[in-house]
Amino acid sequence: MSGESHFDEMYGRDGKTRGPYSEYCGWLSDEDVSRLRKKSVEAETLFRRTGITFNVYGMEEAAERLIPFDIVPRIISGREWSRLSKGIEQRVRAINAFLHDIYHGQEIIKAGRLPAEMIAQNDAFLPKMIGVTPPGGVYTHIVGTDLVRTGEDDFFVLEDNARTPSGVSYMLENRETMLHMFPELFSKVKVQNVSNYPRMLRRSLGRSVPDACDGGPTIAVLTPGIHNSAYYEHAFLADQMNVELVEGHDLRVVDGRVAMRTTRGFKPIDVLYRRVDDDFLDPLNFNPESQLGVPGIMDVYRAGGITIANAPGTGISDDKAIYSYMPDIVEFYTGEQAILKNVPTWRCSEPDALKYVLDNLADLVVKEVHGSGGYGMLVGPAASKKEIADFSKKLEANAANYIAQPTLSLSTVPILAKSELAPRHVDLRPFVLVSPDKIDITPGGLTRVALKKGSLVVNSSQGGGTKDTWVLEE
Amino acid sequence: MHLTIRHETTYSYDQPVPYGLQQLRVRPKSRPGQTVLEWSVEVEGGAQQLMFEDEHANSVDLVSFDPDQSQVTIRSFGTVDIEDQGGVIGKHRGHVPLWLFQRETDLTEAGPGVARLIHQLDTGGSDLDKLHALSTLILREIPYSTDQNSAELTAEQALKAKHGVCQDHAHVFVTAARSLGFPARYVSGYLMMDDRVDQDATHAWAEAHVDGLGWVGFDVSNGISPDARYVRVATGLDYHDAAPILGLRVGGGTETMKVALQVQQ
Repeated sequence: MSGESHFDEMYGRDGKTRGPYSEYCGWLSDEDVSRLRKKSVEAETLFRRTGITFNVYGMEEAAERLIPFDIVPRIISGREWSRLSKGIEQRVRAINAFLHDIYHGQEIIKAGRLPAEMIAQNDAFLPKMIGVTPPGGVYTHIVGTDLVRTGEDDFFVLEDNARTPSGVSYMLENRETMLHMFPELFSKVKVQNVSNYPRMLRRSLGRSVPDACDGGPTIAVLTPGIHNSAYYEHAFLADQMNVELVEGHDLRVVDGRVAMRTTRGFKPIDVLYRRVDDDFLDPLNFNPESQLGVPGIMDVYRAGGITIANAPGTGISDDKAIYSYMPDIVEFYTGEQAILKNVPTWRCSEPDALKYVLDNLADLVVKEVHGSGGYGMLVGPAASKKEIADFSKKLEANAANYIAQPTLSLSTVPILAKSELAPRHVDLRPFVLVSPDKIDITPGGLTRVALKKGSLVVNSSQGGGTKDTWVLEE
Repeated sequence: MHLTIRHETTYSYDQPVPYGLQQLRVRPKSRPGQTVLEWSVEVEGGAQQLMFEDEHANSVDLVSFDPDQSQVTIRSFGTVDIEDQGGVIGKHRGHVPLWLFQRETDLTEAGPGVARLIHQLDTGGSDLDKLHALSTLILREIPYSTDQNSAELTAEQALKAKHGVCQDHAHVFVTAARSLGFPARYVSGYLMMDDRVDQDATHAWAEAHVDGLGWVGFDVSNGISPDARYVRVATGLDYHDAAPILGLRVGGGTETMKVALQVQQ
């Protein structure tokens, strides 16, 4: 497993409190654990009341399970953050340039830096996006770059989540809860604000209006509906941005625009923040069975009548095989070396790589190329002999469907366990807003924590929890 | 050749249709060998919402039905000048990578039928010889017949049915050509049959990309490459990409369609 050598963000490797945590730990040493435990229970009640829940697929009896919240914050210094932000911004710029290229001249393929099969065999590649330039040239209006840390200066990007990253409502609610429960702490420790995210999101979306927009931009959030696992977040964001929350059946094509039904007739939408997957977005152009989408929206989009955020077809950059080319992609489009590291990745489609992976399964993490949510993956060091043998068979049967990575020794941050603090592995999903002239990154993001001792899987669908993430003022 | 075309499609419904949309690919475009002198599209019982150019550079109209119509008519008409170019369209253009034309679609999935077809094919000679041989073979295996009902068939289903219409021929051709390693596409358009003004239906044929020549057309149903009687309207990976009219509607009960098409000099 991670061994004893992991880096703890509060206590380093040597047990000495690290700088960013000094003020917090000073406060903590005056607190007693039983008061904190009480606070923790209080926090849970608060969450239940606000109703943040997360529907886990395949667990109907627990359809509305609460994601556990841990009250010990994860703290990042201002200096660490500014380096991370630069790296994220560089990567997000590269991804947007890559998407534009892939749907236009495909220069990166012509230059021999990316094999054509990586796109040709990629289900997320949408031919209907070929030749389409979205308003302002922005493909990924909202990105949730997943980062992990393995040492003082070692950050890796784990996933780019350029499709429809979720979780920002947890970031906001976590902070809200901490402010409510520990107001005195925030006067001691200067933490950068995250609560303006909905306002920033609204402003950022409003800067990517289509040509057809006249006057103040009309923005709406498109949700698949109440049965979707992230419905709460859709409703929350619409409410916080003060824009309409709509479903497919509320919208139709009117006068060449996508318009929503209102009490005063149809009103055209300029920017649609959609939380409906590409395949379900438009039954006229994609999956004809879809009841969730808006027939013809893709046509309005191609005619310049609406902004769809994120653009259809951005999923190709989420593909884990494409991920393995990300250092080349960053270099190709920015002319710079990538600031943030990629996790070394073996593409099992390549025979040599497959052989290595099969020989070393017990040490590797193997993931499906299009997988997400921690489903269908193998964590070698945590797997039994039988699980490894079974997985070998799956791997051999469909090698191109998998990539493998070394098991990273993820950093830990303590959680409040029963009666004491105990280290648990974490990752970080900062939220990035892209508009034609600007990239905004909310300081912090969503810290996910594996609540089980030693576990490296932080996904909420696999028993992970969350923490408030603090970026200190410089 | 100077062709005058008038193409009218009428959809009638049992019950009024509360909401309906149609994507039209009925506007031919000027290109080397094909000059569109004038062209119009009219909709009765509906309205044009917008126009755009799709990934295959087809000109697309999105049309919505007027509320509660039980009949909608799409009329497109104009004149086009065509030169005989021996079926050669030429160099590939646009952003669609050639490899996309080797992609299978639901309608053009190669199975045992296509494998058997290729097995029978004389693969000697040039690329062009091979493709002409393929075209001839397909017509022998699937004689032209309008007897069957108009259900949409996949390439494999058409091979099994042993008879078919131009759409089936084009699907089998692009599927087999892709299996042979050629990028291939479906073409929808008009053909002036010499013996009549009133044509039965719109036409469909195929194009394959041959090194050195670029795109070359093959009309399997008529056993020739397109000449000055062929008007190219839309192209794509299969019928779904290039169909003259694709629709979606809420309610309306049963639909009946009537096509009137005149192509004349």
